[in-house]
Amino acid sequence: MKSQTIRIGSGAGYSGDRIEPALELAEKGNIQYLVFECLAERTIALAQLAKKNNPEAGYDPLLEERMRAVLPTCKKNGVKIITNMGAANPVAAMNKTIEIARELELDDLKIAAVTGDDVFDLVKEKNYKILETGEDLSTIKDSMISANAYLGMEPIIEALSNGADIVITGRVADPALFMAPVFHEFEWPLKNWDLVGKGTVLGHLLECAGQVTGGYFTDPGVKDIQDLAHLGFPIAVVKNDGSFFITKVPGTGGQVTLATCKEQLLYEIHDPAQYITPDVIADFSNVTLTQIGKDEVAVKGATGKKNTGKLKVSVGYKDSFIGEGQMSYGGPGAVERGKLALEIVKERLRLKGFGENEAKYDLIGSNALHGNERSVNNEPYEVRARVAVRTTTPEDAKVIGNEVETLYTNGPAGGGGATKSVREVIAVKSVLIDIEEVKTGVVYKTV
Amino acid sequence: MKLRDIAHSRTGDKGNISNISVIAFDEKDYPLLLEKVTAEKVKQHFSELVHGEVIRYELPNIGALNFVLFDALSGGVTRSLALDIHGKSYSSALMDMDI
Repeated sequence: MKSQTIRIGSGAGYSGDRIEPALELAEKGNIQYLVFECLAERTIALAQLAKKNNPEAGYDPLLEERMRAVLPTCKKNGVKIITNMGAANPVAAMNKTIEIARELELDDLKIAAVTGDDVFDLVKEKNYKILETGEDLSTIKDSMISANAYLGMEPIIEALSNGADIVITGRVADPALFMAPVFHEFEWPLKNWDLVGKGTVLGHLLECAGQVTGGYFTDPGVKDIQDLAHLGFPIAVVKNDGSFFITKVPGTGGQVTLATCKEQLLYEIHDPAQYITPDVIADFSNVTLTQIGKDEVAVKGATGKKNTGKLKVSVGYKDSFIGEGQMSYGGPGAVERGKLALEIVKERLRLKGFGENEAKYDLIGSNALHGNERSVNNEPYEVRARVAVRTTTPEDAKVIGNEVETLYTNGPAGGGGATKSVREVIAVKSVLIDIEEVKTGVVYKTV
Repeated sequence: MKLRDIAHSRTGDKGNISNISVIAFDEKDYPLLLEKVTAEKVKQHFSELVHGEVIRYELPNIGALNFVLFDALSGGVTRSLALDIHGKSYSSALMDMDI
């Protein structure tokens, strides 16, 4: 029999997110599904590098800790888990999860891994146009390290239909992780575009976890949310007619209000009438929100149109290196000494042949975030000079921080707290491919 | 009056594109937002940071505007030299706008 209402919890808003709120959802949320969205745009490229060094690596670094924390409770309460913590290696993540389940002496669990998002070989063969620049992908061919397509909800639904208790994916569109259980439970048709639109807004509101329950919201004295140290993560309560409301576990910190939901509704959205995912072109422009109870906001009015038939592919490539150094100045004249420090480093780097490199010279505390125009009439007590320069080699990048550090004995008075770093830039560009070019699959293991 | 007195905001990023919501605390103030917070004015406010066009989307149902700022994040989160690579703090800069 079809379900009438289901409750879905969002257990992570990003890879490094807090773990206790997810456990709280599994224990007290009365949920049927716990979803962990943990895969940022570039994370998968870094994970592909890890996999190249070790075929059993390349999944989320917190997978083990999260699974250990929630598996026993999820098993006890019959909560299914859906997550993109597979990153570059969903099959290895599945194997690891099986191992953890065995160690915890849990049995009768079916775990699925979704494959097919890795389209590196396909993309490398053909010459696609880079979305951001219009250039041919061949321009970065030699430095490419990964290409992963954003999959839709279908393979997750397939896994759930085959009885999976845990579904681990690589790159899928974030909302798909949350929509799949709804479409599975209610047996909604995948081409009912309005329902897919409603599912998309649900997924969009949940995918950043605490960002809809009052996290990333408070501005003391202007908009206040209490008890962020114990922030509760969100639950969507969905009916089979497509209506739903957002709530959280009673007694946890945070709040679910019209204002918190509005901020998240528009988060990372461009044209609200055309939010493009692999599954649908969703229209959020007629969404209405209603506070129906304490920490309960009902969401109505999302619609959708047929999907584009294209999948976005994130292509990771080795771009450059960034060398950085910082030094602090405080007390009277701090700003003038910080400015002088930056001028000295600029001249030193010019002398060493870095004059034409892309560079940023900031005074943290004054102009680092929003530039000079916005920081006038502001005389901070302390500032931190920061120099960041793009280079082609790590050796060159090292020079940048070293030059900042030499301000200790060669620069203005009273500089302190120098730091320096070198990091490799793994950047991401996008291409579009036809949905038919991607062959997804689901593999299973049981314990 | 500052925009912060009547509205709140959150910034998101996709590649080199930033989006900033402007949401009326009281939906009665939405017409004032429509009148005062134009795409041109936002472009001017961020002239030092945003090098592409600024598009405004209107959401009367929730009393909000959504601004999309192109070429706004020094190449985007994966390669930016900026301290705030996502431009997450841009919302606070916009709330400082005089209206």
